[in-house]
Amino acid sequence: MIEITLIHYLFLSAIIFTLGIFGIFVNRKNVIVILMSIELILLSVNINLVAFSVYLQNVTGQIFTLFILTVAAAESAIGLAIIVIFFRNRGSIQVEDINSMKG
Amino acid sequence: MKNLIPELVILLGSFSFLIIGVFAKNLNKIINYFIPVLLGILILFIYFNFSSSLTLFGNSYSIDPLSNFMKILVLISVLFTFLISNFYLERTNINQFEYPIILLLATLGMFVMISANNLIVFYLGLELQSLCLYILAAINTKSLKSSEAGIKYFVLGSLSSGLLLYGCSLVYGFTGSVDYTEIAKVAIGESGGLKFGLVFILCGIAFKIAAVPFHMWAPDVYEGSPTSVTTFFTVAPKVAAIAALIKFLNFPYGNFISEWKTIIIVLSIASMFLGAVAAIGQTNLKRLMAYSSITHVGFILAGIAIATPQALSAVLIYLVIYVFMKLGVFACIMSLNRNGVYFENISDLSGLSKHHPVISLCLTILTFSLAGIPPLAGFFAKFYIFLSIIEQKIYYLAVIGLLSAVVAAFYYLRIIKVIYFDPAKESYNKDIGYGLKFSIGVSTLLILFYFIDPSTLNLIVDNITKNIK
Repeated sequence: MIEITLIHYLFLSAIIFTLGIFGIFVNRKNVIVILMSIELILLSVNINLVAFSVYLQNVTGQIFTLFILTVAAAESAIGLAIIVIFFRNRGSIQVEDINSMKG
Repeated sequence: MKNLIPELVILLGSFSFLIIGVFAKNLNKIINYFIPVLLGILILFIYFNFSSSLTLFGNSYSIDPLSNFMKILVLISVLFTFLISNFYLERTNINQFEYPIILLLATLGMFVMISANNLIVFYLGLELQSLCLYILAAINTKSLKSSEAGIKYFVLGSLSSGLLLYGCSLVYGFTGSVDYTEIAKVAIGESGGLKFGLVFILCGIAFKIAAVPFHMWAPDVYEGSPTSVTTFFTVAPKVAAIAALIKFLNFPYGNFISEWKTIIIVLSIASMFLGAVAAIGQTNLKRLMAYSSITHVGFILAGIAIATPQALSAVLIYLVIYVFMKLGVFACIMSLNRNGVYFENISDLSGLSKHHPVISLCLTILTFSLAGIPPLAGFFAKFYIFLSIIEQKIYYLAVIGLLSAVVAAFYYLRIIKVIYFDPAKESYNKDIGYGLKFSIGVSTLLILFYFIDPSTLNLIVDNITKNIK
């Protein structure tokens, strides 16, 4: 049985963070997937903060996490609203269709 | 509590406008006239309490001359944005009652960001500002370009917030505190985690000020958003983010100066150079202004990297002059209106001097100032930055800065050539509204006659920056 230490949590969160970043840049299909990747990034930060908070015996990290959760909810609400507006104008939310401006 | 009055007034004001808007949608116009007056009063209020210096809420919110200075600058930008956009909003039917409210909430976010003395407060202010800006970019719901700008800004903006947050979590983990003063006490000597955190947080802030290589959203968002919103984007968020950057680098990370100096110099060189080169081929004025502001951010970052009190004074002076130049140029762009249609290409300026000599003259003065030609204010802004760079003997930075200023002068001069020497087009509407006339007049006069009395501004900023560190 391996004992799970701070390092394991940090690795987990670093992996999730990287997955989130790759999800934004590699994904060429749907904007909703980008929204999910952004959530992943924020959640990896939360894992980081909670792990540090437990390790340091300091509650500030957990308070920070609660703030981040609230902001993430607001952020995805606004993101979805913007995507709906875009869909009304363009009739599609494929990433390759977001191309009316170039240069 | 007295020092919190500006924030409280903006917060309660936007809430009460929201309630008024629900019950009486026709009060729109009155609110649009009332808000500039309110903002003017707030500017005076902060001006009279300028030298107050204190921290609130358990050391998490600090009010000092630096933050007061930046707040006045943000308020001036918002005030002029309102004056400039009144007429535009009526003509383009994006005159929803939410518009001024979201603008005010974004201002509140910037205030919190500027005054933050704690990573949590900083993050909350930044997010309040960014969330409002995403909505503003997409505020013209009928336009494909505007909603596309909204999507692009949202995706890249949230990514940058994510990077910044990851940095914050590392800083918290390696110092055990989110408070700037506590971090400064612990952050001494070698610590890999703190450096990682610094890099992530710098990436996040560089996104917000559109410094190269984190600039790719700026041209598209500037082009797609309604022009009134673009005006706001070019000035206010940059002022706030640069204030936060100065504070972040000099207080919690004051001991890491040799580490962040290199990073900021690289960002600065890349921004100056790419901003100047990429702007040459542009045809859209708003896109051109996006690249022009990337170049200007490069100069500002050069001053921040030097980090002597003198260089920081130069940065503050640069910011003031930058704000007025950009506001003036955008006011001129917004006066290109023929029968309700707004024009925003460089070719639409062709022969402008024939029918609109005054606007052409003002635009010429402002563009010369953007290019940094003496004796206009833009020249002095660059001059102070270069002076502080050369005093620190970082000659390559000064040489690259000068070269990119020369390249940038090419496309500014092309605008002037198009205005004066190209065949004239049909005349634009003569009646551009008092707000636009006032903004163009004030910004041009300030830029033109800055050289008569530069010492007033110099004294103010010197008093601010001598207390940093």
